[in-house]
Amino acid sequence: MSAAPHPAPAATRSDPYAPKGLALTLESTGAILLALIWVLPLAYAVWAAFHPAEYTTRFVLTAPLTLDNFTRAWAAAPFARYFLNTFILVTLILVFQIVLGTLAAYALARQDFWGRDVAFVLILAQLMIMPDALIVENYRTLAKLNLIDTIPAIALPYIASAFGIFLLRQTFKTVPKELDDAARVEGASPLQVLMRVYVPLAKPTYVAYGLVSVSYHWNNFLWPLLVTNSVESRPLTVGLQVFSSADQGIDWAVICAATLMTSAPLLVGFLLFQRQFVQSFMRAGIK
Amino acid sequence: MDRREFLGGTAAFAGATALPGIARAQSTELSFFYPVAVGGPITKLIDNYAAGFEKDNPSVKLKPIYAGTYQETIVKALTAHKSGTPPVLSVLLSTDMFTLIDEEAIVPFDDFVKTDEDKKWLASFYPGFMENSQTGGKTWGIPFQRSTVVLYWNKDLFKEAGLDPEKPPKTWAEQVEFAQKLTKRDAAGNTTQWGIQIPSSGFPYWLFQGLSTQAGAILANAAGDKTDYANPGVVEALQYWVDLAQKYKVHPPGIVEWGTTPRDFFEKKVAMMWTTTGNLTNVRANAKFPFGVGVLPAGKKPGSPTGGGNFYLSKKATKAEQEAAFKFVRWITTPERAAQWSADTGYVGVTPAAYETEAMKKYVADFPQAIVARDQLSSAVAELSTHENQRVTKALNDGLQAALTGTKTPQKAMEEAQAEAERILKAYR
Amino acid sequence: MTNRATATIHGWLLLLPAMACLALFTHWPAVASFIESFHSTPKARRPARFIGLDNYQQMLADPIFWKALSNNLWFALGTIPTSIALALLMAVWVNDRIAGRTLVRMAYFTPTILPMIAVANIWLFFYTPQYGLLEQITGLFGARSTNWLGSQDTALYAITIVAIWKEAGFFMIFYLAALQAIPPSLGEAAAIEGASRWTFFRRIQFPLLMPTTLFVLINAVINAFRMVDHIVVMTRGGPDNATTLLLYYIYQVGFGFWDTAYAATLTCVLLALLALVAFVQYGWLERRTHYQ
Repeated sequence: MSAAPHPAPAATRSDPYAPKGLALTLESTGAILLALIWVLPLAYAVWAAFHPAEYTTRFVLTAPLTLDNFTRAWAAAPFARYFLNTFILVTLILVFQIVLGTLAAYALARQDFWGRDVAFVLILAQLMIMPDALIVENYRTLAKLNLIDTIPAIALPYIASAFGIFLLRQTFKTVPKELDDAARVEGASPLQVLMRVYVPLAKPTYVAYGLVSVSYHWNNFLWPLLVTNSVESRPLTVGLQVFSSADQGIDWAVICAATLMTSAPLLVGFLLFQRQFVQSFMRAGIK
Repeated sequence: MDRREFLGGTAAFAGATALPGIARAQSTELSFFYPVAVGGPITKLIDNYAAGFEKDNPSVKLKPIYAGTYQETIVKALTAHKSGTPPVLSVLLSTDMFTLIDEEAIVPFDDFVKTDEDKKWLASFYPGFMENSQTGGKTWGIPFQRSTVVLYWNKDLFKEAGLDPEKPPKTWAEQVEFAQKLTKRDAAGNTTQWGIQIPSSGFPYWLFQGLSTQAGAILANAAGDKTDYANPGVVEALQYWVDLAQKYKVHPPGIVEWGTTPRDFFEKKVAMMWTTTGNLTNVRANAKFPFGVGVLPAGKKPGSPTGGGNFYLSKKATKAEQEAAFKFVRWITTPERAAQWSADTGYVGVTPAAYETEAMKKYVADFPQAIVARDQLSSAVAELSTHENQRVTKALNDGLQAALTGTKTPQKAMEEAQAEAERILKAYR
Repeated sequence: MTNRATATIHGWLLLLPAMACLALFTHWPAVASFIESFHSTPKARRPARFIGLDNYQQMLADPIFWKALSNNLWFALGTIPTSIALALLMAVWVNDRIAGRTLVRMAYFTPTILPMIAVANIWLFFYTPQYGLLEQITGLFGARSTNWLGSQDTALYAITIVAIWKEAGFFMIFYLAALQAIPPSLGEAAAIEGASRWTFFRRIQFPLLMPTTLFVLINAVINAFRMVDHIVVMTRGGPDNATTLLLYYIYQVGFGFWDTAYAATLTCVLLALLALVAFVQYGWLERRTHYQ
């Protein structure tokens, strides 16, 4: 077999295992078919949201278009304020998660100290403990702190994230030890080493983790519902819940409109920044 | 700008201009949890009521808090009760009464009923609703957003099947007969249209209570400490439900989803459905064909359960807060407001007087189907409610679903449900 | 030794903020649950008292617990391997230069963005008998009508599929990143050796993806025990507990029955189960996993 495969396009290096011809067609077909299945719920949401209620279950191409469902959804709750609250909430959580996570991950990845393994196990434990199961205790704690019905109350139980710490620890472990040593030789303190060597190299991980964290907290529901009472502190999902009313059966048109409306910032954000996101993942890689 | 903020602003302004000390002493803030079970603009309606009440009672500041579905509302209210500050007033399921009493979360209304006028007010509600609101000689809940199960039918499909579109089935036998005529199958043997549908997901016990009442059985005693699931009448009722699907093949097999049932009806996939009166407004808006609403067909006798939510007063609130909350409950259940609430939401008016008001007469003239719920109240029974309510009803739900999906016979399913309920309730006698 | 002492102080100082939050909002409540599992549920007139292992005995005699446990194991068995395999397949696909890969990638990722509560309602429509989307499609091929969520034989499969849909695209992102990080020189070298594409994948790519697989596996296992949002909307554990999973049952016992001590007991069992799986898994895989 020839050592040099096909001549590479100018910019990229060629991958000898990249499928060509029929294989590529087959693979593309498979990938697109799967993509169609995967996007089906979203596609359906778009269909139901933009058509009158009687067309939610009938897919007639000539069905009239309407924005009524969005008007109804928007009018049902003070969504403008909820958008602001959700935005504040996810930002607050993300900032704290990153600061706390970076410090802890650095300790776990590169400091060799007494009790490190125990600490790691204690942190990993959070991965397995469902916040839902701890609701009553956490509510009690926040009531004692006099924080009920505030945005920090929604955020506090989540700002130390085992998932984030774990992710960052894995990334920090891939940073060549020599870089760390070199900085130390120059007399940098551990914190300075962290800021100068590790944090810049882990930027892609931060972006990736940010995406995950924001998606999760944008959509979290039960806990925010329980700890908040007023319009000033409630996030979008609580407003969204008005539509899944139990007595009346499901009104797909309005649910879909509300879903699109509330997830739109995330969808658009991902669409606009997806190249950056994926490149972030690529560059350092999450391992 | 949000209206509540605006109101808060005016209240603060008013407080600042009045003598501060006096203003503080007189103003009572009243938190009020309510669930949304029928969707739509209910949060707005409640806000309007709150504003109206504050106008009539400037010393009280009412803070309505939308608390999710019924299940989420009780989670929120009891979590706050156990480890924080619970709302002074909440609307929770009438069946939660025993649970709330056992948790010592509520106080009875009797202490606040002092004048003759108060007593008259307390006696003015439909007895069918009060059954779920009173126990041990005390009144723990005041009916607010209440409903009952009724039969909806598609008049067009009745005509097609050669039935009189104005006459719903009156008996169990007629119900089967009509449903047989209304069931359509295609050449391949697939059913394209079902005769009847009784939803069985989530809380099948509620609709089943219609059947069991019609069979002459009572599911639980008034003290809420003994069930009678294995009663022959109960088994007979379940057998009838199972037969609709298995023997007569006029009802979809397996579990029928509550949430999609109205849509099945709109899509003409089913000609008759049993569901709540809370669906009236929804069906009226979305059914593209003439439809009828009728009382449930009778077995040995007519019957249907009531359902929905009551007002409850928190035990942890101060006397002044409870007094203010009581005032609000009285205010919002006056015949005029009860009538308006019924017209706006489709819930049943909670007092006979509500049906005598102009607002209600106008609504009923415009939408005659709305009167059916009232007519049925004479034969309505209390919704199944016991101590450890959700656990005891789950035993029944599981048994019903087991029989409907064919894994147990009705007899065996009900015997097992009864044994489980017995185990749980023994401690309460 | 002083070096190590300094490192210990530094280490714990760095850990302090995260540990304090974890202790307050995770460890303490978990320990409180553990203690509660040996007590009776406090009622207004009957404060909690120590009852030893009674709650655990009640659990062993509770048929719904066993049903939930077995459902959950099947659910785990259904979701974990499938979603990981699909994630890997998706990642390999969008890593190649296929047509429209930006859109394909976006499509795979949409489930992560959409809130489960809303999406569950959409899936409910897909599964609805007679006019649901699935039925409209199978109807074209003349298949018989199926009540996917309303039959004990199919309900668990139906909710398993929703879970796979929800998480495969999320895991794909991690695999994609890892694939991209594999140096192209490895592929070139393997090609010189004349390795087939399958051999290259099995011998080179897959082992290099091991750290990612470990990470994804841990997440998949945990998700298998905590994805219950869709059950609340779609089946509420029915028909007759056919789709009751452990966490859903815990939620029901704790916030429906208000039997908090029994809910704590179930929580402890779930935690023990997860701890066992996770640490065995972690110990086993970390030994086979090499960091650069």
